[in-house]
Amino acid sequence: MNTPVEQFREDATRVAADEQHRRLIQGALGKYYVARDRQVGRFQDWQSARQAAAETKWEAVNHLDQHLVSFAEKLEARGGKVFWANNSAEARDYILKICREKKARCIVKSKAMTAEEIHLNAALEKDGYEVVESDLGEYIVQLRKEAPYHFVFPAMHLSRGDIRELFDREIGNVKSDNPEDLTMVARRVLRKKYCEADIGISGANFAIAETGMISITENEGNARLTTSLPRVHIAVMGIEKVLPRLEDLALFLPMLGTAGAGQAITCYNSMIGGPRQPGECDGPEEFHVVLLDNHRTRLLADPEQRDALHCIRCGACLNVCPIFKNIGGHSYGTTYQGPIGSVITPHFRGLQDWKHLSNASSLCGACTSACPVKIDIHHHLLHNRRNAATQKPRWWEKLAYKIAAGVLNWPEFYAFATAVGRVMQKFHPLVKGSVLDPARAWTKTRELPQVAPQSFRDYWRARERKP
Amino acid sequence: MKITLFIPCFVNTCFPQAGISMVQIFERLGHTVDYREQVVCCGQPAFNSGYWDEARLVDERTLGLLADTDAVVSASGSCGAMLKVFYPQLFDGRPQADAARALAAKCFEFSDFLVTKLGVTDLGARFPGKVTFHDGCHGLRELGVKSQPRKLLEKVRDLELVEMKEAESCCGFGGTFAAKFPMISTAMGEVKCASALETGADFIVSNDSSCLMQIAGLLDRQGRKVRTLHIAEVLASR
Amino acid sequence: MSAKNEILGRIREALREPAPVPGHHGDHGKAQLHASAEFSQWLPAVGEDLASQLDLFAKNSADLKTEFHLLASREEFAPRLRELAQQNNWKRVATHSGALTDMAVPAIGLPTLKTDAGYEVNAMEQCDAGITECDALVAQTGSILITSRSAGGRALSVLPPHHVVLVTRAQMVPDLAAAYVVVREKHGDKFPSFISFITGPSRTGDIERILVLGAHGPKRLTVFCC
Ligand code: SF4
Repeated sequence: MNTPVEQFREDATRVAADEQHRRLIQGALGKYYVARDRQVGRFQDWQSARQAAAETKWEAVNHLDQHLVSFAEKLEARGGKVFWANNSAEARDYILKICREKKARCIVKSKAMTAEEIHLNAALEKDGYEVVESDLGEYIVQLRKEAPYHFVFPAMHLSRGDIRELFDREIGNVKSDNPEDLTMVARRVLRKKYCEADIGISGANFAIAETGMISITENEGNARLTTSLPRVHIAVMGIEKVLPRLEDLALFLPMLGTAGAGQAITCYNSMIGGPRQPGECDGPEEFHVVLLDNHRTRLLADPEQRDALHCIRCGACLNVCPIFKNIGGHSYGTTYQGPIGSVITPHFRGLQDWKHLSNASSLCGACTSACPVKIDIHHHLLHNRRNAATQKPRWWEKLAYKIAAGVLNWPEFYAFATAVGRVMQKFHPLVKGSVLDPARAWTKTRELPQVAPQSFRDYWRARERKP
Repeated sequence: MKITLFIPCFVNTCFPQAGISMVQIFERLGHTVDYREQVVCCGQPAFNSGYWDEARLVDERTLGLLADTDAVVSASGSCGAMLKVFYPQLFDGRPQADAARALAAKCFEFSDFLVTKLGVTDLGARFPGKVTFHDGCHGLRELGVKSQPRKLLEKVRDLELVEMKEAESCCGFGGTFAAKFPMISTAMGEVKCASALETGADFIVSNDSSCLMQIAGLLDRQGRKVRTLHIAEVLASR
Repeated sequence: MSAKNEILGRIREALREPAPVPGHHGDHGKAQLHASAEFSQWLPAVGEDLASQLDLFAKNSADLKTEFHLLASREEFAPRLRELAQQNNWKRVATHSGALTDMAVPAIGLPTLKTDAGYEVNAMEQCDAGITECDALVAQTGSILITSRSAGGRALSVLPPHHVVLVTRAQMVPDLAAAYVVVREKHGDKFPSFISFITGPSRTGDIERILVLGAHGPKRLTVFCC
């Protein structure tokens, strides 16, 4: 079996050269940029809004214990059940237990990255439950038996032709590849499922400490149906999702919509504060919230990178990331793709196994500029690199930088090395691009710059000698 | 004003014309130019690879050599960002922390220095040609350099500036990244080059020679005629 | 020890070391919880008077493909609903009791499912339209605020393929912050179990980021405002 880094290299190299993939993603994101710029332009002051959002999240995350306790108390007072899960296994076991107790057969799910994180579907299916993803993109990747490509746009890597073929094979008799027709095919299939399902599972975009509610953001209405019709609703959320006050959503909902999909606000933003209350005519009899740690406290314990827990999973950093756009979401091999995934995955799954994601970046910083809550994303990639090298340095790399430091700190020798390079370069064409070429990683696709006949240092010396 | 040039290693060896042009421009403006040949490198390769101890071996020396300067102007936005943004982080909580912050305060990227510090935009330059500008990421996002080079280029006689769609997209160089992940780096560069070529420009100009090394490397391999130039070279031409 | 205490223990341990506030490079800075009244200076601008808010809501509706109609008086609800029913060949509708719905829905003269005392999901699924009231219209975003109490439960406004909202001009608020004030004033801390901002008909962009309306929820959203 490949190690994560081997798998990454293989997949990233393949996708980076795939021109069709590049066109598809550029096309999809091109529409996103136009919409996002338009919405950002409607803000009177986007930068101040970002700063306020960042400070609100800072407050929430840096007093996380108080906010979580308040959230749980308020929700429990209205009959909600709160389950605290240290890790994936505890979360899964709890959910499986509910399914057993309720003698569930069919489970309908709306998009929840935390459910991906804890591999919930596999566990449910192993125990014989039918699990249906109801978000269109999730439904598509579920039918393809693959992981979401992007944590906001799960099926962005597929063309309408791919989806038509998939539906034709899995559902039957689908001839049109018009996106509207394809959407209606899924609508028909999934409508039945909402009505049949015993249990609805969702994620949560925010939790409100003050009122004990969760807030779910979506466009399709599938989360609303998932949380309205089945007898039991289970929401799985990371402990970092909490915001202090209900009113904070008045800032966060427009920012999430804008950064995430270029919408003034997403189509449905639903706040759920309990099971059906007395006097209400529908809604589930039971409402469970699973609060998932699963190594989030490990990230919390690193003050330098604690702000990575401010993430609202809007996906903006993926959408602007040139690495993501060229290697695609699946190459990461993680639940959370893109820049933020590269930052947090090493904390969740081991630095040495996942540090390559932090290395695979030009540190251009597009992610950080796009982030609505001002997470210092690309600098955290640097921090991960530093932590990895400090924890377990590669002896040859360390040695190379030591030697380089020696050379650079000895300008006379450096000038001599430059002169040698100038001569050696004449012979470079003999090996260029071959396995003997020391610069092969560069020269396979690119020409090397020429060492100039006169370096700047030489120029300066000649100039200074002139009277 | 005495202006100390920071000429990074690769500019010194491969792109000296960028530095020479800076000397010409500052002298024409009546400033004294200073260059310290003992200063060779900003230490970014080791720093970016996570080997901060090794980076400090170089940077402690650089820090000392640049201590008694008035203003340090970098020929590369990336190295400028290293001095200005990352030295303070690298030396945070160490004896050199104050020195690093002091250097950061007087260190500038070239075009930013001209426009913001010296307050000049018209250098009397003439450059006949169609030019598109590439924003080096470090200059753009670490140092906030976006309008400055454009203000300078707008004043150049006979120069036609055309913006490319992907002006702010990374060229894919990223220092050691280009060698560690060559295929990703190349794909990013291809996107950049395609966007630049789309404008029909004859020249791709940037404030960062390291990006231009990547862009020129790809374009030359593709056999394209477009040339790459450091912005100082354009601004120095008459 | 319970998982709850374990998690809280780890959190408290982790938080012993303070973290810098974003946006304050160098020094650690201070974070501030901003009052929601402040948001309005950063978010998209909204006029202060009702007329400009109605205008903005109408403009946003056009963008969102919400069919927004301003009526002269509440007497128009019934005829406009009847017209809509005929145009779209509705066979059955679903609604809940309320001052506005009670006045207008019977006039359609179609079999009507009422959700107030509970309902059969499959029967609602067969309805051509869900007709509800709401708590507020939000000018800034073009949103409709509903709760499980004001809009006949959770599903009525999302399960039928056409959602029709009956609302009065007096229910217009400038922004989301003001909408939360409405909820608090109505319910104190006895919040309904479900509160939602509905902003346009259901939509998806999951196929090549091309907009399709009516992904799972209503394909059409009509607002009659008197
Ligand atoms: S890191 Fe920032 S930009 Fe990326 S998903 Fe999270 S909130 Fe959005």
